[in-house]
Amino acid sequence: MIRILKYVALDILKNKIVIAYTIMLALFSWSAFGLEDNESKGILTVLNIVLLTVPLVSILFSTIYIYNSNEFVELLVSNPVKRSMVWKALFTGLSISMVAAYWIGVGIPLLIYANFATAIMMLLAGSLLSVIFVSVAFLCSTLTRDKAKGIGISIMLWLYFALLFDGLVLFLFFQFADYPIEKVVVLLSALSPVDLSRILILLRLDVSAMMGYTGAVFQQYFGSSWGLLVSFGLLCLWVFVPFYISLRKFKRKDL
Amino acid sequence: MNITKNKAFVIVLPLLLCCLFYSSVHATVIKVGNDKTYKTIKEALQQANPGDTIIISKGIYKEGNIVINKPICIIGEDYPVLDAEFKTEVLSVKSSNVVIKYLQIQNSGRSAMVDEAAIKVYDENNIIIEGNKLINNFFGVHLQYASHCIVKNNFIKASQKEEYESANGIHCWKSDSLQIIGNTIYGHRDGIYFEFVKNSVIWRNISQNNLRYGLHFMFSNKNAYITNYFSNNGAGVAVMFSKEVVMMNNTFEENWGDAAYGVLFKELSDCYLSGNKFLRNTTGVFFEGANRVTVENNTFIGNGWGLRLQASCMDNKIERNNFIGNTFDAATNGFLTLNYFNENYWDKYEGYDLNKDGVGDIPFRPLSLFSVIVEKNPPAMLLYRSFMITLLDKSEKILPSLTPENFIDNNPRMKPYTL
Repeated sequence: MIRILKYVALDILKNKIVIAYTIMLALFSWSAFGLEDNESKGILTVLNIVLLTVPLVSILFSTIYIYNSNEFVELLVSNPVKRSMVWKALFTGLSISMVAAYWIGVGIPLLIYANFATAIMMLLAGSLLSVIFVSVAFLCSTLTRDKAKGIGISIMLWLYFALLFDGLVLFLFFQFADYPIEKVVVLLSALSPVDLSRILILLRLDVSAMMGYTGAVFQQYFGSSWGLLVSFGLLCLWVFVPFYISLRKFKRKDL
Repeated sequence: MNITKNKAFVIVLPLLLCCLFYSSVHATVIKVGNDKTYKTIKEALQQANPGDTIIISKGIYKEGNIVINKPICIIGEDYPVLDAEFKTEVLSVKSSNVVIKYLQIQNSGRSAMVDEAAIKVYDENNIIIEGNKLINNFFGVHLQYASHCIVKNNFIKASQKEEYESANGIHCWKSDSLQIIGNTIYGHRDGIYFEFVKNSVIWRNISQNNLRYGLHFMFSNKNAYITNYFSNNGAGVAVMFSKEVVMMNNTFEENWGDAAYGVLFKELSDCYLSGNKFLRNTTGVFFEGANRVTVENNTFIGNGWGLRLQASCMDNKIERNNFIGNTFDAATNGFLTLNYFNENYWDKYEGYDLNKDGVGDIPFRPLSLFSVIVEKNPPAMLLYRSFMITLLDKSEKILPSLTPENFIDNNPRMKPYTL
C-alpha cells in the first residue's frame, strides 16, 4: 500500500493544482490577518475560508482526480493487489495532500496570529472537513460512471452542506418557533459536517454571546469535554461512512 | 510699651491654645486583652466614657453581641478576632460618632428575621468603619437610617453557596450622605446594596464573585459610583427605579449568563454613564424602561451584546463610545426607536470617509438582521456566522426591511477613540 501511496502522492504533486491551492490559502489567510485591524476579524475571514473554500476544493478536486485516475486504477487492479488496498491508498493520498495544503496554507498564519486554543480548534475542524469532503467525493464518483454527472453531484452536495442546510435549519426555526426545539436542533446540526465544525469554532469565538440562555444549552452539549469528544466522533463518522460505502461499491464494481 | 504687650500676647496665646486643646483631649485610652486591665470588650465598653478610645489586642473574643451605645473609638491591634459563632449579630452601633477600625469580625448569626450583620448601624450619624476584615458573615456592614457614614478599605468575604442563605456585603437602607470607598467584597449575595439611599458616593471598590449582583440600586436617587471594578457576579450590576445616578470609570467584566448584565438599567431616568469599560459580558448594558440616560465615552469590548435597548426606552443618548469585537453591537425588541446614536466608533462599520474628516460618509446601522432574528428566536444563535446568515445580513444592511429604520448612527467614526 505504501508504494501505491507513493505513486499517488507523486502524481498529485506533479499535478500542481494542490500546490496552487496551498498558495491561494496562504495568500488568503496572511492577507486576512495582515489587513484586518484586529485578530478576531482575521479569524472570521479564515473561518469563511474553512467553511466554504476548503470543502469546495476538496470535493471537486478529489472527484475529478478519481475520474481521471480511472486508467491508473485499472492498471493497478490488473496487478496482484487487493482492490480495497488501491482504493484506500488513493483516499489516503488525496486526504494527506489536502490536509497538508490546509496546514501549510492556513495553519501557519493561524498559529502565529490567533489564540492558541482557537487555532488548534480551527486546524482540527479544517483538516477533518478536508478529509470528510474527500470521502464524500469518493462516494460521488462511485455513484455514477458519467464524469459530468459525478462532478455535478459533488457540486450539489457542496451547495447543500455549505449553503442550503443552514437555510433549511433557519426555516425550521421559524416554523417551530413556539416549540422548545433547541435539542432537536443540536441533533440536526450533526447532520451537516460544515455546521458541526462551525458550531465548534463558534463556541470558542463568541463565547460571551453563547453564554446566553440557548447558548448555554449548546455550550452544555458541545462545549463540555464530553460534547467535544462526541462532536469530533461525529466528524470522524462523516469521514468513515461515505468512504466505507464507496469502498464496498468499488469492490464489486465492474471496471 | 506696645511692643512688650505684643510680646506678651505672642507667648500667652499658644499657652492658652494648648490649654484649650488639653481640656478637650482628656479622653483616655482603654486597653483590652488577655494581659490588659480589661479582659473583655464588653467590660471595657461599660467603663468607657464618651470619647474614649478602646484598643483591642490580638486574640479571639467570643462575646456574642456587643452593643456600642456611646460615642467611642474602637481600634484593633493586629486584627483581633470577634467571633459570634453563627449565633448573634456582632457589633451593634447604637450611638453616633463611633469609629471602628482594624477588627476581624467573623461568623455572625444568619437570621433573615433580624438581619444579623457583622457591623450594624441603627439610626445613627457620623460612623467610620475602616480597615476591617469581615469574614463569613450574613450581612457585612449594615447601615439603616444612617447618615454621614464612611465605610472604607474593608475586606468583606463570605462563602455561602445559595442566595437564600446569604446576604449583602455592604447594605445601606434609608440612608443619606454615605461614602463607600475602597472596599473589597467577595461571595456575598449582593456586593453593595442601596435602597432608599441618597447623596452618596461609591468609589474604588472591588466587587467580585457575588452570588447575585455586584452592586444593586433600588429607589436610590442622586448617587454616584466611580472607578469600581465588578466582575464575575451572578447577575452583574443592577441599577433600578432610581434617578440621577452618575456612573463613571467603572469596569464591568465577565458577567456571564442569560440574565447577567454588565449593567442592568430598569426604570431608570436622568442618569449619566461615562468612561466605563464593559469587557466580555454576555450583555454590556441592558436598558428596560430607561429614559434620558446619557451614555458616552464608554468602551464595549468582546461582549455578546454591547447594548440591548428594549422598546420601552426613550430619549437615551449613546454618543462617542467604542464598540469593538462584540458579537452584536446592539439589539432591540421592537420596531419603534426613540433613542439617539451619534458619533460612536463601530468596528463593524464598512463605510468610507472621502473628505477625511474622521466621520464616515454613510450612516451605520448597528442592528444586524440576525440580532433581530435571535431576539425573536433565541435558538437561531446556533446558525451564527454561517454563510447564509452573512448573506442575509449584508442585503439587510443595504435595504433595511426587518430592522427599525431609525436605529442608526449618522456620524460613525472611522477610528476608535482613545479612552
